[in-house]
Amino acid sequence: MAEIASIQKEIIEEFSFFEDWMQRYEHMIELGKSLPLIDTQHKTDDNIIKGCQSKVWVHAELEKDKLVFTADSDAIITKGIIALLIRVFSNQPPAAILAAETDFIDQIGLKEHLSPTRANGLLSMIKQMKLYAIAFQTQLN
Amino acid sequence: MSWDITKVRADFPILHRNVNGHPLVYFDNAATSQTPKQVIDVIADYYTHYNANIHRGVHALSQEATDAYEKARHTIQNHFNAQHAQEIIFTAGTTHGINIIAAGYSALLQENDELLVSAMEHHSNIVPWQMLCEKTGAHLKVIPMLPNGTLDMEVYETLLNDRTRLVFVNHVSNALGTINPIEKIIDQAHAVGAKVLIDGAQAAPHIPTDVQALDIDYYVTSAHKLCGPTGVGMLYGKSELLNLLPPYQGGGEMIATVTFTKTTYADLPHKFEAGTPNIAGCIAFGAALDYVNSLGLEAIAAYEHELLEYATTQLKKIDGLRIYGEADNKTAVISFLVGDIHPYDMGSILDQLGIAVRTGHHCAQPIMDFFQIPGTLRASFSFYNTFEEIDRLVAGVEKAKQMLE
Repeated sequence: MAEIASIQKEIIEEFSFFEDWMQRYEHMIELGKSLPLIDTQHKTDDNIIKGCQSKVWVHAELEKDKLVFTADSDAIITKGIIALLIRVFSNQPPAAILAAETDFIDQIGLKEHLSPTRANGLLSMIKQMKLYAIAFQTQLN
Repeated sequence: MSWDITKVRADFPILHRNVNGHPLVYFDNAATSQTPKQVIDVIADYYTHYNANIHRGVHALSQEATDAYEKARHTIQNHFNAQHAQEIIFTAGTTHGINIIAAGYSALLQENDELLVSAMEHHSNIVPWQMLCEKTGAHLKVIPMLPNGTLDMEVYETLLNDRTRLVFVNHVSNALGTINPIEKIIDQAHAVGAKVLIDGAQAAPHIPTDVQALDIDYYVTSAHKLCGPTGVGMLYGKSELLNLLPPYQGGGEMIATVTFTKTTYADLPHKFEAGTPNIAGCIAFGAALDYVNSLGLEAIAAYEHELLEYATTQLKKIDGLRIYGEADNKTAVISFLVGDIHPYDMGSILDQLGIAVRTGHHCAQPIMDFFQIPGTLRASFSFYNTFEEIDRLVAGVEKAKQMLE
């Protein structure tokens, strides 16, 4: 599995081929549609992050020494960004997740979706992923 | 008289900017209206020429600021036809006004008293009353809504009884645009001895409201939906009712005398205006009303109704589009969804096209629960919007639909 930084670089490169916002958004929508379904048993109220705009579910499990995330949202663009976040953070050691930055989202022109005014659950999702990483790191120690 | 849209738009500098490479289409007027240069100038003039703290200053600037502040109060009094200027309390906005009344009623309510709220309120007209009920043991009852987004007035009548102390409804629903029959609501409440608070935040920009003719007990609204600045609003209350309420906040301005053993409170309106207010904002509130009145609320409402009819017809042509809130009597607000498309997705794409609408539950979750939807897109029109802008919205919705389906 590649390191977080190199996956982010890869994503930035992929997005650099898009000529305008419409191509970017169409790609996000495709990513959203292709996000693997979260196991329904994990789509619980406990795993829900309520935004004013869209809802996000996040679940984490430790597989060997790596953290595996599954997630879902009721909005497709949010789901597209979730797919990117999962590509970056899933299957990584908790310590690497804790140390990672998320500024690749800015660099691919989707910064506005991480703005607090969007209230779409994404900011809380990243926080939640990091919290899982802290929790499982403690477990590993 | 036809509406001179070019002249009106020239008054609003912000309407001439671009967003994401497109000329701005601003359809989020129910959240906040834009500000004409006449009002912006008043704010700049205050800070340029007579910025000073009001009341009790013996110097010229303080006198000028106080005069302008009190003149604004009179403008508001005249606009809403209050009997006395002291019945107009400057607030930080509608939410603040509601909280002043709710806090005051904690001293007046007894256990098992009843309060009636409508099913289509903004959270700001629900939560303060829930807090009040928790504190006092009073009960909150809900006037239900019908599927077309109007209140069930038959049930309302059955909910009223001699324990009902206060009824609070919005004049216009922010999420649906429904104009509620407040005259009837007030008459029936008064018949059982209950008082009524009208949330005028969504109505004041569109509907002339005469608090005496309607016999309104308490009325609250905000300046920023009326071409004024944010952070300013007003609370109207009948003098005899406001005099019964204890002050909301302690501080300067609201006192008559202070000693460490006893403080006596100032008379209305100062009793509720503790601390230095948003002086420039209050003066600008008056200027905003002057501006709106120079155009005429009735002419504004007539033009906005044309926009509403046109937008409704055009949007309904889109396959799969559903409108929430189809009262016969509504302001220029259209809440809608298209197929299974999430409002967040469509709103994000419209934003890329330079079109500002609101998405989400509009701080009215009970309405969304009623319709069992996560939220809506809400396009709300103002007198400075155009038919061409509505065409751009319709094209934008079509485009988003094509991308998202």
